[in-house]
Amino acid sequence: MSHPVSDPPRLSVSAAGGRPRQPLAVRFPGFARRLPWLVLASLALFPLLAPALGLEYYVGFVRRLLIVAIAASSLNFILGYGGMAALGHAGFIGVGAYAVVALVEAGFSSAWLAWGAALAVAGVFAALIGAVSLRTRGVYFIMITLAFAQMLYYLAVSLRTYGGDDGYGLYTPLRLGAWLDGAHPDVFYWVVLAIAALVFAGFSRVAHSRYGHALRGIRDNETRMVALGYPVYRLKLAGFVAAGAVAGLAGGLLASHNAFVSPSMMHWTQSALLLVMVMLGGLGRRWGAPLGVALWLTLEEVLKMHTDYWHWPLGMLLLLVVFHAPQGLAALFERRGGQEGVR
Amino acid sequence: MPQMKFLAAALALCAAAAGHAADIKVGIALDISGPFSALGAEARDGFELAIEKLGGKLGGQPAEFLRTDFGGSPEQANQLVARYLQRDKIDFFTGPIGSNAALAVGPALFAAKVPYLSSNPGPSAYAGDKCNPYFFAQYQNDTYDEAAGKVANEKGYENVVLIAPNYPAGKDHLNGFKRLYEGAVKDEIYTRLGQIDYAAEIAQIRAAKPDAVFFFLPGAMGINFVKQFVGGGLKDVPLIAPGFSADEDVIQAVGEPMIGLLNTAHWTHDLPGEANAAFVAAFRKKYDGRYPSVYAAMAYDTLMAMDAAVRDAGGKADDREALLKALKKPSFKSVRGDFAYGANNYPVQNYYLREVGKDADGRLTNKLVGTTLEKHQDAYVGACKM
Amino acid sequence: MDAIFVFEQLLNGLGYGLMLFLIAAGLTLVFGIMDTMNLAHGSLYMVGAYVAARVHEASGMFALAVLAAVCVTVAVAALLEVLVVRRLYRRDHLVQVLATFGIILIADDAVKAIWGVAPLMATTPAALAGPVQLVDGLPYPSYRLLLIGAGLLVALGLYLLVNRTRIGMLVRAGASNRQMAEFMGVRVGGVFAFVFALGAALAALAGALMAPISSVQIGMGEAILIPALVVIVIGGIGSIRGAFVAALLVGLVDTAGRAFLPPALRAVLPPSVAADLGPALAGIAMYVLMAAVLTLKPAGLFPARA
Repeated sequence: MSHPVSDPPRLSVSAAGGRPRQPLAVRFPGFARRLPWLVLASLALFPLLAPALGLEYYVGFVRRLLIVAIAASSLNFILGYGGMAALGHAGFIGVGAYAVVALVEAGFSSAWLAWGAALAVAGVFAALIGAVSLRTRGVYFIMITLAFAQMLYYLAVSLRTYGGDDGYGLYTPLRLGAWLDGAHPDVFYWVVLAIAALVFAGFSRVAHSRYGHALRGIRDNETRMVALGYPVYRLKLAGFVAAGAVAGLAGGLLASHNAFVSPSMMHWTQSALLLVMVMLGGLGRRWGAPLGVALWLTLEEVLKMHTDYWHWPLGMLLLLVVFHAPQGLAALFERRGGQEGVR
Repeated sequence: MPQMKFLAAALALCAAAAGHAADIKVGIALDISGPFSALGAEARDGFELAIEKLGGKLGGQPAEFLRTDFGGSPEQANQLVARYLQRDKIDFFTGPIGSNAALAVGPALFAAKVPYLSSNPGPSAYAGDKCNPYFFAQYQNDTYDEAAGKVANEKGYENVVLIAPNYPAGKDHLNGFKRLYEGAVKDEIYTRLGQIDYAAEIAQIRAAKPDAVFFFLPGAMGINFVKQFVGGGLKDVPLIAPGFSADEDVIQAVGEPMIGLLNTAHWTHDLPGEANAAFVAAFRKKYDGRYPSVYAAMAYDTLMAMDAAVRDAGGKADDREALLKALKKPSFKSVRGDFAYGANNYPVQNYYLREVGKDADGRLTNKLVGTTLEKHQDAYVGACKM
Repeated sequence: MDAIFVFEQLLNGLGYGLMLFLIAAGLTLVFGIMDTMNLAHGSLYMVGAYVAARVHEASGMFALAVLAAVCVTVAVAALLEVLVVRRLYRRDHLVQVLATFGIILIADDAVKAIWGVAPLMATTPAALAGPVQLVDGLPYPSYRLLLIGAGLLVALGLYLLVNRTRIGMLVRAGASNRQMAEFMGVRVGGVFAFVFALGAALAALAGALMAPISSVQIGMGEAILIPALVVIVIGGIGSIRGAFVAALLVGLVDTAGRAFLPPALRAVLPPSVAADLGPALAGIAMYVLMAAVLTLKPAGLFPARA
């Protein structure tokens, strides 16, 4: 991305389209403060209420949504706050998933160990890939991250031990340990919810820490940050590694969720979809990633139920967002509208 | 009294809903978009013809056929099956074209005791150590290749070059060919998944000067390869392929260069038999004279198998023991002729040699040449403990 | 492995490279001059291929098919420009990616609705169906020679257009400083529309010419988009010269990887390892090349914009 920050008119042109629309959060400040807790509480209660409402299936659906939101949050972190448009994020998801597969194949069955490994291995891959990729800018960065993800994809396709293109089934579920296993059929749901909440709060906090401000400074004007003496390359790399590791964790969780891993989860279109969902929700917005993921996956699910032609309405949605809500959906009800987002 | 009327209407609705819930439900996962869309559309046409013929019923009982596209991705297939199982409470499952999707959805279906009658893939895992009483196959993936190997023997090809995409399934298919082939393999070429240009491989083949070339390149890859192979002046080198690389979709896309291509399958549209003749005639009438492909035939046959099983199990699908027993001893007239299930629920059946040529109207299509393997069983059945 | 075989593989690499150039040229032109990332280029390529296949089958005339493909695709592109792309020129690249990704989704469904999901028949013109003997013992597909010729002509044409004509001058003016050009009285909007149409025409030409040797089906645009992007990135985005050099480089590396790497590995490694490693490495050769080039030259071989 060439970030022409030296071009202020651009910034103001698209910021909320110049219309003085009052965000919901400004109109109802107390509500906005309590919103995260309300969302968390209703998500936590959902599995308990679902059977009574006949919505058991949607427990699994929300679980998947949460896992994808974890990955999207990590992308939102480097893209929205750090200006790093990575088109290879699904590669890290895949690395995480295959780390779990490798441990299972080796005979381990602890979920925590597997997910920890997913996080760590993806972090190592992100460090290696980031170290090379971050030397480039803009579209070149988009493409070099894509190149690495494609290499990982073809590697996974040809890995005979782990099923290659046919994928690898996890026939026995990973063990959570202690009293957690079998305590309730939806324990995994709550574990995912807890991890998602932690990741979400973590990124949110870091985004508003000194590091987060430095990252935003780099996004807006890298030259100035260099001149100010910031170790720009290292700061970006740290963000990239953290995001890659979290995406790997999401991959590990996704492996458990599907009880199946295949290279198709690291195909470049998956990386593109992740980008699309983040931008749909709102780049650099606290609620951007989960909102985008929820809307996209729900629409996909509903449209597919009714028609074979379910791609074009999604395409129309993207055009609508580009022209009528360029800040993403989150901007419609978040405070401090134009400050965090990129154009 | 309007209230009473409303109450009555509500009760009637509830009763209707309850009656509805008792319907036998079939979950069909379709590949209408994604890498297998052309084959998925063929399968959909086969399913629709069968539903029409069955009058929307299974075994004489009212049935509901849920059809949803999952875009060819195993993850999406997984998600769809979760919905079918938990929300719709299906009694049967079928549909995916790819082995990867079949392998992804199997465990959930087996745990829920829902019979999965595959309308296409027969992965080796489900034929061998991961075999399951709830999985029924139409064929085992490698059996087409085994038949092709036998064809190469019969044609007297002393050496061949093999080509497949570089992934485990590609290697499985080539191993399948080598299982019955007695000549020499001059070279095994593995290509990138989704490759567009095959000039380098074709030059290698020309340099190797084989008696014949066996290729397993599904979908667009096969179309690209055959077009370029013929243009490259290798017209005189015979091509052999498993049926999926030379079915109606590929034939109609490549055209004349396909003429003379030998391929093997467990069904062809000109296979003698009453059930098959009726199916092919009905299909051609419904779909503008187009010949059905193996995918359409298998989809059609799958629903016929379900229909017979429900009837044999006493008109219901909830007694799964009885249903499995009925499925295992198919009482319907299959379009492929007689077959029986082996210990792993994979069929023991004939495989045929087909050759691409022109029919009486000048339309390019596959024509039956003869039977290659009789009452053939897959190579993995020994590993199945069931 | 004799000299003729090596020569043939070099020619194959050249041919593949020029095919990639045909597709990448329009992409890099639009990107370089309008600073617009158009992922829907692959969709225009697909439309070109579909129209050409249909017209060729109906009329039996290949030249007419190519012409029709170019005309129809340019018309579609003009519509697209007016409705969507025109409003994207001043936006961020990521926004352009988002919008043009949306167009891909719509285009795939539209093509499915019009032509169905089954791949279409697209035959090689009868006169070019067979091989020609280049030298003794080397038959080469004559249709591929046509592709090589077309690729070279397009390269030459674009070079002349951009560097030697008045339109090219306006285009360069608009690209290097849009505001200044507008002050000087250049109707930049019109110039950009022209460039977008030209890019679409090149995509259609590529689609029509590739149709006889590849599968005409939904998703063909996305399959070719990635190699095309790799080419323009290696070359330096926006540089026609860069795209040309990079396309040849990618074509040669990819072909050489597939032709020579597996036998070479078999000579030095145990057979089982070589059988797994060779094709895997050959498959990712293109991406390794791109990563290597960008590591050494982060803005591609011929950076068009400082």
